[in-house]
Amino acid sequence: MITLENVSKSFQNTTVLSDVSLRVGDGEIYGIIGQSGAGKSTLLRCINGLVPYEGGAIAVDGEKVFVRDKAALRKIQRRMGMIFQNFHLLNRLDVYDNVALPMRFWGMHPKSPEAKEKITSLLRMVGLEDKMHQRPRELSGGQKQRVAIARALVLDPQYLLCDEATSALDPKITKGILALLQDINKKMGITIVVVTHQMEVVKQICERVAFLKDGRVLAEGSPEALFVRPPHAEIKSFLHEGSDTLPKSGVNIQLFFNDDSADEPLITRAATELGINISIMWAKVEDFRDRRYGTIIVNVEERDRDRVIDYLKAQNVLWEVL
Amino acid sequence: MGVLSSSAMTDIILNAMWQTLYMVFWSTLISVVLGFIPAIVLTLTAPDGLHPQKVIYETLSFIVNVFRSFPFIILLVLIIPFTRMIVGKSIGTTAMIVPLTVSAIPYVARVFETSLRETDPGVIEAARAFGATDLQILMRVYVKESVPRLLNGIILLVISLIGYSAMAGTVGGGGIGNIAIQYGYMQYRTDYLVVSSVLLIIFVQLVQMLGNHLYKRLS
Repeated sequence: MITLENVSKSFQNTTVLSDVSLRVGDGEIYGIIGQSGAGKSTLLRCINGLVPYEGGAIAVDGEKVFVRDKAALRKIQRRMGMIFQNFHLLNRLDVYDNVALPMRFWGMHPKSPEAKEKITSLLRMVGLEDKMHQRPRELSGGQKQRVAIARALVLDPQYLLCDEATSALDPKITKGILALLQDINKKMGITIVVVTHQMEVVKQICERVAFLKDGRVLAEGSPEALFVRPPHAEIKSFLHEGSDTLPKSGVNIQLFFNDDSADEPLITRAATELGINISIMWAKVEDFRDRRYGTIIVNVEERDRDRVIDYLKAQNVLWEVL
Repeated sequence: MGVLSSSAMTDIILNAMWQTLYMVFWSTLISVVLGFIPAIVLTLTAPDGLHPQKVIYETLSFIVNVFRSFPFIILLVLIIPFTRMIVGKSIGTTAMIVPLTVSAIPYVARVFETSLRETDPGVIEAARAFGATDLQILMRVYVKESVPRLLNGIILLVISLIGYSAMAGTVGGGGIGNIAIQYGYMQYRTDYLVVSSVLLIIFVQLVQMLGNHLYKRLS
């Protein structure tokens, strides 16, 4: 378990993190999302001691992350693999030696039979067994990230930290990498912390997520709780959804659906039962992991307002007047 | 005009070639070893290094610049007492190795520093994230990733040392460049001038070709 309590951090006079508290449970896929410059990457680097923090406390399995105590820090770092936006592979080493590199840092011989077996099986898992002796420059972006993932797992970590790991990849490759991360989480029981500005990442794999804004945790919870019906104007603006194009006349009502209610023909039924016109102004359907959520904004005439509201109150549906 | 095949000339030229090889080989080897140390200190203490230390970096950097700004011929004369201390005498081919080395060390320090600092900072961060020690990062990341660039620096060093070794005549150090000056220029022996110049061109070409070949193989 990773716990952060009131963590603060600044570079010179700029506050990067202030009063950040969160808890990553074992076996979770935890997301940290926010705009660029919100302090996400710094937060991740504080967790494995790449950057020192000033106030508060960070602990990994109860052990405090303290940058000055090099020996203790190394032990914590060994339990945490990390992958990066730009992969950070060594150009002059082939795939095998890149994956083996962390072993060298820990005095293990990368050509020993056990090491060979370990590295081969990791490369098989990420689907690059046949590229073992190629150099990173011969690989595509997605393949490079797969090598980096194998490297991050070679010391059998309990945690995997991902810093914008899919931000440099196209959507299709991203899906593949995310599926791989999910697999690693399920099959190997590795706790994953992902830092990202991509909603896709959060939607596809995260079980819980913290929304960071200007170095503060604005909201924490399940992705569907934060993003289907955003509890903050900041999150809404992060999603930049087009409610500014709604009509000025009449009443705009937003409706939220989930798996259980998505099948009901609510709008057409309301229209027929109440004998009114309902215009659909905007809609979206999204998947969070394997659950589907939908949002619709409808417009009704002012004089129908009370009847529509009364009708909605009687239904099993979330809604709000905009 | 002498004859190219004259045995006197062949002897003189062959002997001078050996002297050049001898001076360039040892001054390259020693300056690479000794220049590597300040290069590492500069790399580690640089603002983007593993342990930024402004005072150490600026001071060392200043010393390197001071030594690099001496014209070689001045340095050669200035350090005669030092040369005598090291090799016991201030003239001859072996004595020439000392000023060549002294002038090459700051060059190596700067060129190696630049090469090492070109290492992708992300790769260094990755190594740190996996718990690498400073020494491991230095050897397994900085040096390992910089090998082709370091090699390029050494090739340039060898070529400029070949040039500087021509001034060895000043202290009786001999060498192929000295033949060009001594016989070709001062005694109007065009044949010596041509042969020694051609040999120098071939020498530099060979070094460069070897360098390019190794660079391609290593990078």
